[in-house]
This record gives sequence, C-alpha cells and structure tokens, in this order.
Amino acid sequence: MATLKIRAKEQDGVTTVKTLISHPMESGQRKDSKTGKLIPGHYVTELTAEHNGKQVMSANWGGGISKNPYLSFKFKGAAAGDSIKISWVDNMGKSDSAEAEIK
Amino acid sequence: MNLIRRKFVKTTAFLSLGATLAGSGLLIPQRALGAYATDAFAARDVEGAVSGSLGSSSYSASDAVTLKAPDIAENGAVVPVTVSSTMGNVDAISIIAASNPGPLTSTYQLSSACEPFVSTRIKMAKTGDVIAIVKANGKLYSATKEVKVTIGGCGG
Amino acid sequence: MKKTLATLGLALMIALPLSAGATPKQDQEEFQKYFMERFPNTPFEDFVNGVYSIDAASREQWMEIEEFAPYELNITKGEELFNKPFANGKTYASCFENGGIGIRQNYPYFDTKRGEVITLELAINECRTANGEKALGWKKGAIADISAYMAYTSRGNIFDIEIPDDPRALAAYDRGKKHFYQKRGQLNMACADCHKFYAGNLIRADLLSPALGQLTHFPVYRSKWGGLGTTHRRYAGCNEQVRAKPFPAQGEEYRDLEFFHTYMSNGLAVNGPGARK
Repeated sequence: MATLKIRAKEQDGVTTVKTLISHPMESGQRKDSKTGKLIPGHYVTELTAEHNGKQVMSANWGGGISKNPYLSFKFKGAAAGDSIKISWVDNMGKSDSAEAEIK
Repeated sequence: MNLIRRKFVKTTAFLSLGATLAGSGLLIPQRALGAYATDAFAARDVEGAVSGSLGSSSYSASDAVTLKAPDIAENGAVVPVTVSSTMGNVDAISIIAASNPGPLTSTYQLSSACEPFVSTRIKMAKTGDVIAIVKANGKLYSATKEVKVTIGGCGG
Repeated sequence: MKKTLATLGLALMIALPLSAGATPKQDQEEFQKYFMERFPNTPFEDFVNGVYSIDAASREQWMEIEEFAPYELNITKGEELFNKPFANGKTYASCFENGGIGIRQNYPYFDTKRGEVITLELAINECRTANGEKALGWKKGAIADISAYMAYTSRGNIFDIEIPDDPRALAAYDRGKKHFYQKRGQLNMACADCHKFYAGNLIRADLLSPALGQLTHFPVYRSKWGGLGTTHRRYAGCNEQVRAKPFPAQGEEYRDLEFFHTYMSNGLAVNGPGARK
C-alpha cells in the first residue's frame, strides 16, 4: 500500500494540497516500557512537493512531528487536471512518493 | 551527511544563498532541497533552532503572522498547528515548540509559487510556547501562543 | 447544583436496581432520556460524536484532525485486506449479508441458533477460520483495519439492534447491563459512574464522554494509541484504568456488554471509524 494519501484542490488560482503519510515518526526519545531501552528514532526527514517537474515546496521534519503525519500547503500556478507529486525520505533511508490529480 | 556539507549548512551566508536559489527554483532537487538542517534539529534551545533553520536568531513579533493552535491540547502527541501570513516574499517558515527537548519541529522552504501557509500536527512534551517564525525579505517575523498540555484522567 | 444533585439522585434511583420488571425497551428509553436531559443543547444525532458533542474547544481540534484523519490510512488498508481472497479463493464478502458492505449497524446481534452474541470482529475471524485462514488478533492491526472499512461503508446507517424473544437473549442483555452498572477494580468504579452519572465532568483534564452513542464510532483511532483499536481493546483498557483485571477480548463478558451498550444507542447512526484522543 502506498504510504501517502494526497488531496489537492484548485480554487481561484490557489491550489490547496493536503497529505497524510503512514509513518511511525518515532522521535528516538521514547523508552520501550518493557525493556527500558530507547526506541531508535525513525522519522521522515525530508518531504518535497513537485508540480510539472518543478519543486514547489520542501519540508524538513524532525521527531517532533506527530505519528502518521499530516501536512497542508498552498501554491499558485497550477490548474485543475495538473498533477502534484509528493516524495518523502526518512532517517533510515526509506522513501516513497505519490502523485495526485489537482481537482 | 559528510563534514563538508555540515560546515556548508552552518555558514549563514550560504544558507541564505541556498534559500534564495531554492526560491527561484534554480536548485535542482529531485527529492531533497539541499542539506537536512541537522544542527537545527539537534539544537536544545529556541535560539539554536531558529538560527539553524532560518539563518539568524533575531526575530520580532508581527501581526502579519498568524499562528493557530489550541489553548489546551486534547492530546500532546497530536497538536494541530497552522501558520499563515499576510506578508509577501515569504520563503521559509519554522515551527518551534519551546518546551520540547528539541524545540524545532519542522522547517519549510517555500518557492515563490507558494502561499505563506503551512499546517501540520506536532508533538508537545509539555505546556509551552509554540512559536511560528516566518522569513520574508531576509528578516524573521514571529507569532507565539502558549499551548497547555495536560495529564489525562483516563489512566494518562 | 441542587438541580444536578436531584437529577443525579433520580437517575440513580431509576438505574441502580437492575430493575426487576423494566424491559430493555424501557431501559433504553430511560437511558436516552437521561442524556437528552443532561445535555439539553446536544441534538440526539450528535451524541455519536462523544465529548465533541458537548465541548467546543476539543470539538475544534477534532475537526482539524477530521480534515484528514489518520484512520483514512486504515480504511484504505482495510479495503485491500477485505478484497484480498483467501488461499481457497473465497473472500470475506461470501460470509456476510450484502457482501459485507453497509452492514455494520446490524452488529452485535444475538444468534438464536448458537445462543450467543455475535460481534462484527467475531464474525470476521469466524469467516477466516471457516475458510482455512488463521484468526487475527482481536484488538488492533488487520482486524481493526477490516472492521474500519466495513464501518466506513456503513456510515450513516442507523443502529436498530434487536433482542429476540428468547430468554437466552434477554439473559445476555441483562449480563451486559449488569457489567455496565457494576462497580469493579481497586478504584471501585462502574462504566456508568464515569459515562452516565458523571458524563461531561472532568477527571483531571479528561472530559468524560456520554455512554449514549459511544460504540457508534468504533473501531477508533486514538491519538493516545497512535493507531486504530477495536471496541474490546477499549473495554480492556477501561477495566485496567479502574485497576480491574480485564476480560478476554471477544469473550462472553465483553460481547454481552457490547450487546447492551449498542442497544442503548439504537436510533443513532454508524460513524466509524472515529478519531478520538
């Protein structure tokens, strides 16, 4: 299953993008209640958004972002029918991306 | 991340240059934009978080920056935060939770196509200030709100 | 203050005796009337939203989460799992009425042939084992995802749980009702203490949700769990929170409780999966 869900809607020239990502976002500061040891940090570090091959926005995240993270941003210059691509990379080198049609 | 890139990030001038190039879309990131702000995330104080992510630790409160966050967080693990601004030329936004062990929760590089708006959900370890800092025309402007994080009664 | 005490007193008088003679229908009417009177500003259909129907500040945060709720990931996963055939080629659809779509509001029900309460999660696992697959864990993971998908396809459907004219069905209902009103654990509290008599009050910083409508939004994604969980996961958690030993998930005790608990909310709509703190 893709780890990203994306919703993008254009209105009056502004496209609002909302994305929900399936990711543990383990900060590295939580202790395992059974072993008492720190659970290693595992979180999305970088997220990028592209429209027509051009980068529109990029985010740097840390362990302080909630589990199954959410992000919303807005940009101009896209039209309904265009597509937006969102990609993420985490601190363990995992990555994923997805595209969605702007409605 | 190798040592050379680390020094690259630390130097304020280069960081601003990076931000400007990013804004004009001239940097060609296929995935990530330049270097990850490792030092900013590692910073244990607000000053380090701000300067590491936005290149300077000097910011001033402004009515042109709006921060939406709850007065009392329903659950500290998931606190919805929205930052917006009426300013033009906003090319970066950082969201800081002052009472977190690592105050920087996230930082955003916005191209000139972006509206000055970002919404996400952050973790807050305990009651403290959430500070939204917006970078426009090389200067930093902020909005701050105290968010209370409480101990639940239903077994925590 | 006096009015509240009087109302509480009256409620205690009505509810406390596991009243010999009160029919389930009378219990349900009293139950719903109690909450409607206690929260006069909440329209009946809004009770499905729990604390968010009685507290504006937390409702606002909940609305922000609902913008794009984490359980949406679970619904997608659940749909994939639901549609994936078993090794023998059959699917979950073959075990359920209407192919398993839009049927959440029919659970739990009392099966007169078997003489016991059947919950949705029980039916899901029985479908698996009947088709040669291993049963799933009861509290979270795949079973919650599948239950979430099935609940999602049923959103808006009204619960109308029946108690068949069968002494065993009535006995199951009575056992569930007894559990709800019985004090337990080191803290010596009943479900009814928090969720009926003190619903809307605070324990430390938590607002107590009304029992009316409580199960309509399950399975639930709790911020606290950072994930999705089933009704019986929450029942076990609640028992532990009053420092009582929890009962086994999908054992008779919790199925009977779920039977009573859902019956009390007849007339309300399915709105699962839900997002809560």
